[in-house]
Amino acid sequence: MGLIINNEKMTPENAQKLIDICPFGALEYQGGKLSVNAACKSCKLCVKKGPAGIVSWQDETAKTVDKSQWNGVCVFCEIVDGKIHPVTLELLGKARELADVIGHKVYGVVIGDNIKEKASELLHYGADKIFVYDDKAFSQFTITPYSEAFYDFIEKIKPSSILVGATNLGRSLAPRVAARCGAGLTADCTILKMKENTDLVQIRPAFGGNIMAQIVTPNARPQFCTVRYKIFSAPERTDAAYGELVMMDITDAMKKSGTEIICSKEKPKEIDISEADIVVACGRGFQKESDLAMAKELAELLGAQLAGTRPLVEAGWISPKRQIGLSGRTVKPKLIICLGISGSVQFAAGMKGSDYIIAVNNNRDASIFDVAHVGLVGNLYEIVPALIEKIKGGKA
Amino acid sequence: MNIIVCVKQVPGTNKVAVDPVTGVLIRDGVDSKINPYDLFALEEGFSLAEKTDGCVKTLSMGPPQAKEALKETLWMGASESVLLSDRKFGGADVAATSCALALGIKKLGEYDIIICGKQTTDGDTAQVGPELAQRLGIEHIANVTEILECRDGYITVTADLDTVIQTAKIKLPCLITIEKDANTPRLPSYNRKKSMDCDELIKVYSVADIPDADENMLGLKGSPTQVERIFPPEKNSGQEISEGSSDELCDKLFELLSTRKFI
Repeated sequence: MGLIINNEKMTPENAQKLIDICPFGALEYQGGKLSVNAACKSCKLCVKKGPAGIVSWQDETAKTVDKSQWNGVCVFCEIVDGKIHPVTLELLGKARELADVIGHKVYGVVIGDNIKEKASELLHYGADKIFVYDDKAFSQFTITPYSEAFYDFIEKIKPSSILVGATNLGRSLAPRVAARCGAGLTADCTILKMKENTDLVQIRPAFGGNIMAQIVTPNARPQFCTVRYKIFSAPERTDAAYGELVMMDITDAMKKSGTEIICSKEKPKEIDISEADIVVACGRGFQKESDLAMAKELAELLGAQLAGTRPLVEAGWISPKRQIGLSGRTVKPKLIICLGISGSVQFAAGMKGSDYIIAVNNNRDASIFDVAHVGLVGNLYEIVPALIEKIKGGKA
Repeated sequence: MNIIVCVKQVPGTNKVAVDPVTGVLIRDGVDSKINPYDLFALEEGFSLAEKTDGCVKTLSMGPPQAKEALKETLWMGASESVLLSDRKFGGADVAATSCALALGIKKLGEYDIIICGKQTTDGDTAQVGPELAQRLGIEHIANVTEILECRDGYITVTADLDTVIQTAKIKLPCLITIEKDANTPRLPSYNRKKSMDCDELIKVYSVADIPDADENMLGLKGSPTQVERIFPPEKNSGQEISEGSSDELCDKLFELLSTRKFI
């Protein structure tokens, strides 16, 4: 499986064309021969866009899996310190949508100590079955007991798809279990769809740029993905409980851990931009740190949280806790005003779900205008101070 | 203590875009650098080595030019490096990458601890560390903010679990991933740069150099996930773009905020 290069047809011009097409610098031309190096990401652009007949793609008879043996869309339900993480509910809602396409059941898996009551709360969010691993061994999150329990669940129930919240816990647990199953795992999906053949279509921003990648796991089960908090919407709580709780047996393997938790301290309540109703976000359109003062003032007037893009965080102008995007937080406010932000996919992935997006940028071609509901092409250095004056005048 | 730090060479800029008409990726410069998150892992490794009279070895997988990233790690303080570079490693997803790194770890010999950055800036998945730990059959803990103590076959760290900070004591050997800003990374040393023979200290291995490598677990072949297609992000429909003088735009913005009752 992979790229096949027909070097008999190779000319320096064709080689150069192909090298230019490859976004990853994975093609090398030496001694009249083009070769592929380890930077290849199999995007197949050289096959699709290159000179005809030179590069081709060969699919090998792939490992196959009997997909009919794997049934159900499963959500890992994160409960820490007796609190259900809200991403769990969002995923249960999405799991229902996905499961309905293929007539599968929705499962939840809960791991914790003395957790039955909390687990039954999840039955109000549309799961068909919630599988519960309840033992003292799970009173604190440590990797071995949790992954043993999770793996036990997968072996017994054989779910087709597994959705895990991309929290720090989820991002530590999911890869561990996926590797153990020999399964694929796609991180931080922003769109999920289900094919009729039960292949989960996972879409996420990719390659550190303005590109979305659609990823599938056609020859392996289960299919794992993680999803950030606030990407999907939580379903309404139903008054009546639906589905059933299934208590799972605890094995000795789940009780062994090479990690001992000495203490677990609640983090001091921090500013959390992901909970804000209004966000004022700043990007590289701000030329110096002191210029952020006007954004701060606007944020205060609107009762908004101030946020920023990665470059501003890297420059030290804004705290990493206020960073929006794939490497920062995801926000879903009622209003977000983006000032001087070009709008990379990385950033957009962290705010696209906002109810109302206003963007101010002096570049008409900025990608932020593709995600904004309202775009203002203009100079933020003039618009923002004028707006502040106007708001103050209106309030006075 | 024998410490292995895994690093990745990533694009220097994030400016990769898709031409919406032709679907071709547009590259803006091909500069590369060490994944910024790995710098915190390296620093944690070097200071742990200093405290325990140990050494740091570095490991990477990538194209031949990833050697440059490993050279930098040597100039910072690593004693030797391994680069896994072969077309057969190419197209690897997280599963295949962690398999390859596990082979590289074996090439580097005995170890007490493996340190990774929390994620990369190009993939942003944060998954390779935990998968690697699983493949090696060792304990791991992610998002480590501080190493408190390391002795008697255990390491004690604090780790960020979103709402709580755990203080955990973990049996060695283990793998930890380091949170951003856990320390202040050191710069490459000029003296080391002058005096080291990097080509001697960086071993480059292809799949053929690793006797127990199973090609079915590596690269594209070993990747359960497949990229079906890549495409530019969807645009929001029903958007409204206004141009005009700053005063006009300010009025417009004020009106929008008022009618929607934000002010």
